Amino acid sequence: MAAKTEKRVKKRVRQSRSDAIFSIVNYSLLTLIMIIVLYPLVYVLSASFSTPYAVTSGQVWLYPVDFSLVGYETVFRNDSIVSGYINSIIITVAGTLVSLVVTVMAAYPLSVRDFKGRNLFMGLFTFTMMFSGGLIPMFLWIQKLHLYDTYWALILPGAVGVYNMIIARTFFQTSIPYDLYESASLDGCSDVRYLLSIVIPLAKPILAVLVMYYGVGYWNQYFNAMIYLANADKMPLQVVLRNIILQNQIDPSTMVDVDQMLQKQGLSELLKYSLIVVSSVPMLILYPFIQKHFVKGVMIGALKG
Amino acid sequence: MQTQAQISSLPKKETKKPSPFWKQVKKHWQLYIVFAVPLAFLICFSYIPMYGIIIAFKDFTATQGIFGSPWAGMKYFNQFFNSYQFVRLLSNTLILSVYGLIAGFPIPILLALSLNECKNVRFKKAVQMVTYAPYFISTVVLVSIMSLMLAPRTGLVNHLITALGGTEINFMGEPTLFRHLYVWSGVWQSMGFSSVIYIAALAGIDPTLHEAAVIDGASKIKRIWHIDLPGIAPTIIINLILNTGSIMSIGYEKVLLMQNSLNMSKSDIIATYVYRIGLEDRQYSLSTAVNLFNSVINCILLVVVNQIARKFSETSLW
Repeated sequence: MAAKTEKRVKKRVRQSRSDAIFSIVNYSLLTLIMIIVLYPLVYVLSASFSTPYAVTSGQVWLYPVDFSLVGYETVFRNDSIVSGYINSIIITVAGTLVSLVVTVMAAYPLSVRDFKGRNLFMGLFTFTMMFSGGLIPMFLWIQKLHLYDTYWALILPGAVGVYNMIIARTFFQTSIPYDLYESASLDGCSDVRYLLSIVIPLAKPILAVLVMYYGVGYWNQYFNAMIYLANADKMPLQVVLRNIILQNQIDPSTMVDVDQMLQKQGLSELLKYSLIVVSSVPMLILYPFIQKHFVKGVMIGALKG
Repeated sequence: MQTQAQISSLPKKETKKPSPFWKQVKKHWQLYIVFAVPLAFLICFSYIPMYGIIIAFKDFTATQGIFGSPWAGMKYFNQFFNSYQFVRLLSNTLILSVYGLIAGFPIPILLALSLNECKNVRFKKAVQMVTYAPYFISTVVLVSIMSLMLAPRTGLVNHLITALGGTEINFMGEPTLFRHLYVWSGVWQSMGFSSVIYIAALAGIDPTLHEAAVIDGASKIKRIWHIDLPGIAPTIIINLILNTGSIMSIGYEKVLLMQNSLNMSKSDIIATYVYRIGLEDRQYSLSTAVNLFNSVINCILLVVVNQIARKFSETSLW
């Protein structure tokens, strides 16, 4: 009997015309979304491997036309781009390290049940998500601390991302059993020792999430660098990118030797495409590894702590 | 007998001991030392700068400092409220973020529902992989790609338009197009990633509900409407609260990058105004006053929206 009903149900499901139409519409919609998202990225990549003329005259639309690396040659000949790249790496590595350590130092105590005053401390952190001093008071304070025009101004103010801290705290609370703490403390393990030799090794998944969040954040930030840095040699890549692509500030002398001004203009256009690709390369390489960690972070964040 | 005497003497000792609160503090003294570091960061870089807000009520000059500058009362607030810019800035800010919310909020939900119905695992993974990718692109790169593809003369889109016999459009300089470009590029960048949270919520729905509905002959659309949507409603409400609460704190970094002298009439929002008069024109007090106005409205919004959510449903932030 049961098998018979199951068969009938299956039959009916297969027969339902509206469901079949729904599936077709659904798959086409998802394919369309995929194309819309992917196309601009593919276009930029193809353009960056083409000749200046092919790009500016609109011949490139999907795949590289007249394959050439002249765009990339120009990018690596430009000193401000190369130094921007190095600066970005320094800021990202140092910033991620500082943020990671300080975030764990905040998240772990707040996850301990009998850490007295944790609700108050938590409130202090979450309040800053809603309200802050604002642009000018912060700017004056950074100047007063003599952090202006140093990389510390980019790293220290945002060292603890409250959202990231909450994710880490939720992870500590839900994924590390309390029994572990009890038995360790019975054996005379101190809080710091417990954090260093038991919690941190167990928390590798969340540390990976934090490294990714902070790393991407530091690599992509431009606004703080724009307002807190003055020296052009210290600018990270995103600021260099903004100056060249959006403000059209390019020094023609850094271009590859070409006679005609027209070609130079074409080259300065091509350079922009190559620059976008070069600046996104670290993310592109890391993306397949990063992706699952990011998703995990969102999932943990969705659990209300 | 001796042991009994010892036991009876125990409570006496306990009365002398500190309260359980201090006992716990003492027990976890190491944690307080660990926690002191992030707390110092928080105080130094979040709370101390807040006292600088008082310059909104003062005639701030760099030489006199924050405390030395003379009081100005509500002068800068009045200046802002009475300026011809006030209405324009406020409406630009609100229109841009409400438009962003209306366009950007439902799409990730639809994407999640659509992905949830997709039974081909490899295809589903591919769609997720592709749609999450733009989230990792920086704002500068996003605006760069947009301005390159839409550029007059050299851009791909304008080549297409002229090839089809149309006239060139200066997309990035056209005030009427600014909002659409801002909002839809945002949707392009974040729809995949915003859908993750709904996909997670959908995965938590009891599959027996669907099985029962199938046996009762419910179509896929009916099941989405009567099972999936109610199932993820709490997540939707929480996200709606968060998004509505941040209506006044719209992402100014992207606006600032897309802003130019041509589209100023639509792209000038409160946050970019704060930046411009503050750091470019050095009118510190006025800038701080405008920013304070913005933050206060933002806080009120968040509290009000949360109260409403609490009243009409079980779900709220606090």
